[in-house]
Amino acid sequence: MNLKPWMTLAVAGFAGMAFAQDSNTLAIEGDAFVTETAAPAHMENVDTIYSGWRFRSSETQALETDDFDNPAFVFVDQGIDLFDKVEGTENKSCSSCHENVEDFAGLRTQLPRVDDGELVTMENLVNECRTERMGAEPWKYSGGQMTAVTALIGLQSRGMPMDVAIDGDAAPFWEKGKELYYTRVGQLDMSCSNCHEDNYGVMIRADHLSQGQINGFPTYRLKNAKLNSIHGRFKGCMKNIRATPFKEGGAEFKALELYLASRGQGLSVETPSVRN
Amino acid sequence: MASGVKPRVKVPKTAAAGDTITIKTLISHKMESGQRKDDDGNVIPRSIINRFTCDFNGQNVIDIALEPAISTNPYFQFEAIAPESGEFKFTWYDDDGDVYETTKKIEVS
Amino acid sequence: MKLTRRNLLILSSASVAATAMGSLPAFATLTDDAIAELTGGAELGEGAITLTAPEIAENGNTVPIEVSAPGAVAITLFADGNPVPNVATFNFGPLSAERSASTRIRLATTQNVVAVAKMEDGSFQMAKANVKVTIGGCGG
Repeated sequence: MNLKPWMTLAVAGFAGMAFAQDSNTLAIEGDAFVTETAAPAHMENVDTIYSGWRFRSSETQALETDDFDNPAFVFVDQGIDLFDKVEGTENKSCSSCHENVEDFAGLRTQLPRVDDGELVTMENLVNECRTERMGAEPWKYSGGQMTAVTALIGLQSRGMPMDVAIDGDAAPFWEKGKELYYTRVGQLDMSCSNCHEDNYGVMIRADHLSQGQINGFPTYRLKNAKLNSIHGRFKGCMKNIRATPFKEGGAEFKALELYLASRGQGLSVETPSVRN
Repeated sequence: MASGVKPRVKVPKTAAAGDTITIKTLISHKMESGQRKDDDGNVIPRSIINRFTCDFNGQNVIDIALEPAISTNPYFQFEAIAPESGEFKFTWYDDDGDVYETTKKIEVS
Repeated sequence: MKLTRRNLLILSSASVAATAMGSLPAFATLTDDAIAELTGGAELGEGAITLTAPEIAENGNTVPIEVSAPGAVAITLFADGNPVPNVATFNFGPLSAERSASTRIRLATTQNVVAVAKMEDGSFQMAKANVKVTIGGCGG
């Protein structure tokens, strides 16, 4: 990456696709993954969607290709322990009812979804089980225990294409999420689309802007050396544009999560991914 | 015991005598560097894994001294020779006095 | 000299410049000291160590580094821009196959990663790699 042409481009005021996503292909443990596909019909301004993996440096990309090198797996191991841990008044563990965690294959691809008129995320489902069926305390929405278990459950869908429902009961939530995506907020007066739709592929300072896909969450970020949840990331983004963030697990973030999941339709689930 | 510390190692299950064996190790540990300050401005004291050793059937493969510049969740990859079948022993030493250990067997033909 | 506003401005900017210049190589000196402590001031040869580091670190928190020095007894890594220059020392035992190791390190700012190897014959070798460490985009 030669500095000179970059500076020339900047001077020419041409903030174009100078550093667009690379053309590397992702294979994890030998299996091929879809990191690029045609954008779903409802995305009017984007033709092709790319996984966030395609925007990271080659060293960061390499970390995701091997389940040992991927630092997220030490937290997946913690998730396995938590899955078997008996907690709560009913003296049960997750595994008391869910004998094989592998049976969760496919779940990550369909969440968030509408259950009994309410939009639910994976974190909601976990805490619902804990409080209503285990008699245990709910976990903090983006805390270490929750991310370890959502990483474990999401891993069971790894390689499968994202496929959330946006019609029928989901439609009003999806519309709300779409509206939020395009609404400017905060002191910096920016919407999600300003960076992730209008400027993906461009450098923002030293960061390579992605399309803001969520196919790899919870993700291990090099920045804080731990798993990060979807709503945790939304919160961070909002703070970065100096807006008061919505509540994690609240209606706005859930609607936004549904909308974003639909923008990733067809991309392979990469949970737990590695990002910067 | 520092909380949430969990080792992970990758060792092939079998090898031929004389082969070079690639070993990967990771341990979940915050590696508090001693450079950070808390909200009141007080320095958060250093608390890291300061030493890692790998031995095979009692003989040393590698002995690493770690400083705070090693990233959170210390990762090491190195090469070993296993002259016969036996057990690799991995040991991590924490500033706070705790010692974490795990072992992995290997069949050498 | 008459202490006019102009003179005062010139004086103060000169002293600021002097201070700034004076404080520049602080960590680099710490590293030189640390290396001298390790080698006892011996000469550092070059060419025997392969040090692999990214040109630009995606995040200074976790920078993958690989070092290899056939014939080395031990390799010590330094980061000359970190507040504490020592990073790690790899001591190779009798069952070490290759004199090499990979790890992930923290780099506070753009700087050189320096590897110093103690060879079997007691001599020392050195290699350096410059790594650019940048601030992420969203301040996040």
